[in-house]
Amino acid sequence: MKLPDSKGYFGPYGGRFVPETLVSALEELNRAYSKAKADPQFWEEFDCLGRDFAGRPTPLYFASNLSRKFGGVKVVLKREDLVHTGAHKINNCLGQALLVKRMGKKRVVAETGAGQHGVASAAVCALMGLECVVYMGEEDMARQRMNVFRMELLGAKVRKVTSGSRTLKDAISEAIRDWVTNVGNTHYLLGSVVGPHPYPMMIRDFQSIIGKETRDQVLEKYGRLPDVIIACVGGGSNAIGIFYPFLDDPVELIGVEAAGRGMESGEHAASLSGGRVGVLHGTKSYLLQDSEGQVKGTHSIAPGLDYPGVGPEHSYLKKIGRTKYVAVDDEGALEGFKLLSETEGIIPALEPSHAIYYASKLARDLSQDKLVVVNLSGRGDKDLDIVVQRMGKG
Amino acid sequence: MIGPLAHRKALVVYLTVGYPSLQRTVELASLLSTWGSDIIELGIPFSDPLADGTTIQKADEEALKSRVTPSACLEVAQAIRQRTSLPLLFMTYYNPIFSFGLPKFCQECEGRKVNGIIVPDLPPEEGEELEELTSRYGLSLVYLLAPTSSEERMELIARKSQGFIYLISLTGVTGARDSLPTYLEDFVLKVRKKTPKPLYMGFGISSPSQARRVAQVADGIIVGSRILELVEDEQRLKDFILSLREALDSL
Repeated sequence: MKLPDSKGYFGPYGGRFVPETLVSALEELNRAYSKAKADPQFWEEFDCLGRDFAGRPTPLYFASNLSRKFGGVKVVLKREDLVHTGAHKINNCLGQALLVKRMGKKRVVAETGAGQHGVASAAVCALMGLECVVYMGEEDMARQRMNVFRMELLGAKVRKVTSGSRTLKDAISEAIRDWVTNVGNTHYLLGSVVGPHPYPMMIRDFQSIIGKETRDQVLEKYGRLPDVIIACVGGGSNAIGIFYPFLDDPVELIGVEAAGRGMESGEHAASLSGGRVGVLHGTKSYLLQDSEGQVKGTHSIAPGLDYPGVGPEHSYLKKIGRTKYVAVDDEGALEGFKLLSETEGIIPALEPSHAIYYASKLARDLSQDKLVVVNLSGRGDKDLDIVVQRMGKG
Repeated sequence: MIGPLAHRKALVVYLTVGYPSLQRTVELASLLSTWGSDIIELGIPFSDPLADGTTIQKADEEALKSRVTPSACLEVAQAIRQRTSLPLLFMTYYNPIFSFGLPKFCQECEGRKVNGIIVPDLPPEEGEELEELTSRYGLSLVYLLAPTSSEERMELIARKSQGFIYLISLTGVTGARDSLPTYLEDFVLKVRKKTPKPLYMGFGISSPSQARRVAQVADGIIVGSRILELVEDEQRLKDFILSLREALDSL
């Protein structure tokens, strides 16, 4: 059966746990998306913008130095870092902005953690003449200053969030509160495959362009499917984007969560590896929470992974055993960051650096004929401040 | 379960449990009953109250700092029950009671003579399990209706909500407002056509004149944020409650 079902469930996960005020807006969005999904012209516009505005298709790059270093296994990178605004987030933003036009709404609110989704939102809103307000945690604004400036340059208003933990979770809560208040003229441009139905489904569909291209490119270049695909998982949009078109294939799928200061420390953001099922921001899924059902603070060196929840489809893929989920800590991510920079001349974002590091560990156990794809979901310019500080070179 | 009030417009008052302290919540609840409240709503604090404005967010945050758990809230309800016979309702986001265990929570509510539950992030489409449990344990499950709800949803919620229907006065989060929207009366009248159940309206109501305006069309009002702003000042809180009571009784 095709998932999610009509109520937005992937097995026992997903759904629509929202205040009544938002239900009509979600129904409207669902109708608009269903109509657009069946309309070839919508996808033509999506592809056209993806190509001419964002720079798709992104290359599938054979990382020969890295492969040699790993002992011969073939490592290829899906270069989402090369897309406009520097991360895969733009794919979803283009899709949703086209829908906003169809729904006739004039104002967009978005949340951002690392700033990548905020920048992508600001860019498409500038392109399409939409008013854009981005909510960002105070702590994230401090550690991703350049992205704040980028959003403002693109005409967006960045609103500082000072409630709760002052990171992505609270930015989402504030964006939802704004949406509840201005629901008549406002669309909520959610950035990951979380939230109430239809967001996890719709955003997966927009992001699955990554997996579709990867599939075509691998088949064309190597005449076969890959053996393993590795992607980092915060909310999980880049991972579901590359996994989805391979779900029915004999390909091993591995999602890498952020173990922060270590799983034992409790200071991490690995919901699937260290959480239990709960409800946050409109969806039922794995969640980092205390014994009383209060959502826990999270930590990751990568702001884009610093979220206590995860997309419901990932919870489902974990449950049925289709995807393996592992966790890499801050130190590992930094090592992955340096490794790719030094061996391939590519500075990755700290988020996919988790996946790079895991690939480097896994590669040692794989035979030489194996083909491994890593989704390089974003570039690392935004993270230089964090890395410089951590390496004591500031 | 909660029955309708035959004789007067209802005054429903909200308190975040544990704000400013558990002991104070118990005292305030019994004072509220002597000052003329008709129903007490007890908020279980949550880390991410996304339907709430800054006042209730802060109260929740404070309460969580003193580790107010769902178990503590149940104990508070029991202590209040020993002092007043007013209907008691829990207002809770879904996750704390989901984590506690829905069957266990409903059973404990029954044991402590709590009358019902309101869950602001639970639309009826997701409510099947809780509906079954609340009816098994004799609790009212109150659903909310918003000005943005479609006609079909008004019918669905009018049918499913028990005790009363919680009408949200505006599109937005909770919090005291200087003015309420102009469409408020039309909204109440539209719902009125669909159901004989009591219609109590909340969100934004913070003055006797607003109370009067709302109660001209609705069967009662729900007040929360303004109460929390006054909990530290008993005299002002008392004056405020009495002024609301007077406004409602003047109709």
